[in-house]
Amino acid sequence: MEDKISNKNSSKGPSRVDGRLKVTGAAKYSAEYALPGMAYGVLVGSTITKGTITSIDTKKAETAPGVLAVISHFNCPKVPGYDSADPAVKGPLKIFHDNKIVYNGQPIAVVVADSFERALFAAALVKAEYNAEKHHTNLKDNLTKAVAPHDDAVYSRGMPEAWKTAAVTVEQEYILPSEVHHPMELHAIIARWDAADKISVWDKTQGVKDTQSNIAKLFGIPVDNVQVHSKFVGGAFGSALQVWPHEVAAIIGAKVVKRPVKLVLSRADMATSVGYRPHTWQKIAIGASADGKLVGVVHEAAGQTSTFEDFAEGPSDVSRQLYACPNVSTSNKMVSLDIGSPTWMRGPGPATGTFALESAMDELSYKLNIDPIELRLRNYAETDPESGKPFSGKNLKDAYRLGADNIGWSDRSQTPGSVTKDGWLVGYGISGGVFGADREPVTLTATMMADGKLVLQTAVSDIGPGTATAMVAVAAETMDMPADKIRFDLGDSAFPAAPQQGGSTITSSVGSAVYMACRDLKEKFQQLIGNGGTDKPDYAKVLKQHNLQRLQVTADSKAGKEVDTYAMYSWSVHFVKVLVNPATGVVKLDKVTCVADNGRIISPKTARSQIIGGAIMGIGMALMEEAVIDDRYGRVINSNFADYHVPVNADIPQIEALFVNKPDYNINPIGAKGMGEISLIGMAAAVANAVYNATGKRVRDLPITPDKLI
Amino acid sequence: MKQFQYIRPATQQNVLDAITKSGTKIIAGGTNLVDLMKRGVTAPDKLVDINHLPLKGITPTKSGLHIGALALNSVVSENALVLQKHPLLSLALKAGASPQLRNMATVGGNMMQRTRCTYFYDTTMPCNKREPGTGCGAMEGYNRMHAIFGASQQCIAVHPSDMCVGLAALDAVVIIAGKKGERRIPFVDFHRLPEDHPETDNHLAKDELIVGVEIPDNNFAKNSYYLKVRDRQSYAFALVSVAAALDISGGLIKQARLAMGGVAHKPWRLYDAEKSLVGKAPTEENFKVAAQIAMQGAKAYEYNAFKLKLAPASISEALKHAAGVV
Repeated sequence: MEDKISNKNSSKGPSRVDGRLKVTGAAKYSAEYALPGMAYGVLVGSTITKGTITSIDTKKAETAPGVLAVISHFNCPKVPGYDSADPAVKGPLKIFHDNKIVYNGQPIAVVVADSFERALFAAALVKAEYNAEKHHTNLKDNLTKAVAPHDDAVYSRGMPEAWKTAAVTVEQEYILPSEVHHPMELHAIIARWDAADKISVWDKTQGVKDTQSNIAKLFGIPVDNVQVHSKFVGGAFGSALQVWPHEVAAIIGAKVVKRPVKLVLSRADMATSVGYRPHTWQKIAIGASADGKLVGVVHEAAGQTSTFEDFAEGPSDVSRQLYACPNVSTSNKMVSLDIGSPTWMRGPGPATGTFALESAMDELSYKLNIDPIELRLRNYAETDPESGKPFSGKNLKDAYRLGADNIGWSDRSQTPGSVTKDGWLVGYGISGGVFGADREPVTLTATMMADGKLVLQTAVSDIGPGTATAMVAVAAETMDMPADKIRFDLGDSAFPAAPQQGGSTITSSVGSAVYMACRDLKEKFQQLIGNGGTDKPDYAKVLKQHNLQRLQVTADSKAGKEVDTYAMYSWSVHFVKVLVNPATGVVKLDKVTCVADNGRIISPKTARSQIIGGAIMGIGMALMEEAVIDDRYGRVINSNFADYHVPVNADIPQIEALFVNKPDYNINPIGAKGMGEISLIGMAAAVANAVYNATGKRVRDLPITPDKLI
Repeated sequence: MKQFQYIRPATQQNVLDAITKSGTKIIAGGTNLVDLMKRGVTAPDKLVDINHLPLKGITPTKSGLHIGALALNSVVSENALVLQKHPLLSLALKAGASPQLRNMATVGGNMMQRTRCTYFYDTTMPCNKREPGTGCGAMEGYNRMHAIFGASQQCIAVHPSDMCVGLAALDAVVIIAGKKGERRIPFVDFHRLPEDHPETDNHLAKDELIVGVEIPDNNFAKNSYYLKVRDRQSYAFALVSVAAALDISGGLIKQARLAMGGVAHKPWRLYDAEKSLVGKAPTEENFKVAAQIAMQGAKAYEYNAFKLKLAPASISEALKHAAGVV
């Protein structure tokens, strides 16, 4: 048998296997289940930012119609995982654990009632008294307190000061505001205690196995006694990679009222309860020779975290490896503030980092008077500048060429503000994106059923990209059978182990497992058939001939020695054409072209959708997204969709998604790498660079709103 | 949300009887009121539904166009008479909210919508408009969206409507029914400035009902424009908006109407700027002069100083579009 999938790419590929379910509303999300006897939980949030709770008046709430329980730290049953944790070690918020308030909006109580409306009404009746203390929520004012979370967060090769000696230098600061994930589906959980030591949850999560083990640990019960169901997830972008306090609150509530409890966060809760991309300050110092060769780069980053949890992305890491440069120093620091904890959000690290590095590269290109693409080609890294290893697969030059042709890069003027169309300024911008390509361990079963249908099972989630669709495509190709005879089961902890859906690893990881399982299953069939079998056996017939109900194989897939041999990344290049109104500063995108260099494209339709989705999220990052805290109160003041802007259809131009589509068999047997992150990473810089090309105005603090351009 | 009563009186007279009691609120499209109730900003005891009253008509009168208070924003924006006589109103309506909301929102309800000031909406924050005497959260806070004209020490909120800016520019009249019959007031006098009572948005008495608006016939249809500058291309409140209407004859401006949104507690008419344009040629230079005149008395706060530049730029831009000199 071949040790890699054949490279016959279908231009069209399969349609979403769950597309019909989703557009007809038949796909059932966590909040949509109705269990017998179900009650409803609503959280009460702190209205101060730091201090202690002195009292909570729950009498009015407790006597309100339909209320079953009001739970706070005064009466919360013990959570074994909280009590066994070392109090000196930082970690996720322990809900209802003590009287301490560590951020504004922190849940201080949960009201459980027999209807959602009654719980909501009663929650408004809970009144807490506090001892407020002085709080700090402003990143800029506290930058001097930035610390590195661990040794790897600081990196240096060559001479840190080398950039200063270069013929041409750029030294600038870049600011990214905090962004909220705001997936369309609100976070929701239904928790049911099946026995004193058995729990079932229907939960929005990016990893059913991780949720299972975390709940088991928190409540001190065996892992197998926790069942996690998460069949459909309506977007998450990183917000559902961990067990958050509201999930614990629902499980506690269910225990107290002895009924299943549903808890759905409000849109406002989403801004404070399930993480966010940290507001980050960055500084880039970059130097190049007159002919555009990089001499040195210094990239510093400092982002927000909470006081109770250490979290730092790696924004500056992109500067270690995006370009060939002998002298590079980077650091990723964090500033502890009286705010909720940030978390991973699509493209964590490089999404923030490329805004700084790729903006600075653009600034450098104008100072050097070299075309921005040409500048990038002059510093093209043929091998990984950080490790010296060869890349498993890199075809970025193809990506530059494809994108430049598609957007009409030759129409770009090197002189900013020099091109107008119908009174609007016209500009073009480019930025690269990069994200590590991994292959995680996966166990997966492939079962040929008596009726000739193939069932694949593993405990991965699908938060929206179309995982099952891509996996069915891999199986159809490997088994040489029609896709409509294949079912891919996911989103349940009862299935064999799979990683969380995060970090653009699933197609590579699960896809490889699907390929291995199907390859082994096919081999088993060939053994049954013996010599003289055809390439395309009738599987049902073979099972019948051998009097078998089914034939099953289990694949254990994981990375091998190749991880020591190669540096593995997915790449992207974003091209943007903007129109800017010189009078009002309004930016309109005219065209966007995204090119991904991420190995073989398994499922062209869903790949295209994923690139478009990431690009739109990047456009939001560039032009409008910004969570605002009023530092006087320490409170997020735009926790709703009227004030926190995400792009609407009118903001989005034609987006072309192009793929280099060259298999990378050095990483895995299917030659495919992820694209969830690279679809977004770089987009903000591409827009900012296009705006500069149009106007001559360099915006270094996102988002680029009209007021910054007049 | 607090439990409340819901009634649907049969006639306009029954509605007028019902709303005299305190704690009652009229509900039409509900696109703002229901939000406010969910957020706990307002908690009426009783909602009086008026959607069935015969106030939806759009009909020509002797000297103008009557638009019923319950005419939907979407219907008005596509109405043939509106498009023919007052295209500015159609543009303003389409610049507001989203198609879904415009399908629910009514003319009267649009006039009655409250400010979108974040401190007004968040019941943990001080707000003199929501809770008189608690202070103004925006004054020293995040006031990017706030007023540059007509604010007081009590309140710097802005009125969020686009439709109202258009109606203010078009010299509309508001027709109000009360116990003693109907009264008519100029649209520009319907909303009020915050002064010492920011909790009161307008001059509609508790026991009165808006029944319609009337727009007098004019010569602006050929040369009018509504410009809205916002943080995204749709479904966002105005940073600044401008309704511009010109009556141009023989190469000169005979009459001009200008109103702004996103800058004051009410639709902000620019009378002096209008006057400066009369008798002048519709040129960019003259528009810029008018825009500068319009800015007299403007005052910015920490985060909205950009409006001092954006507002005049937008006035001039809107006038260019209205005059067709872009």
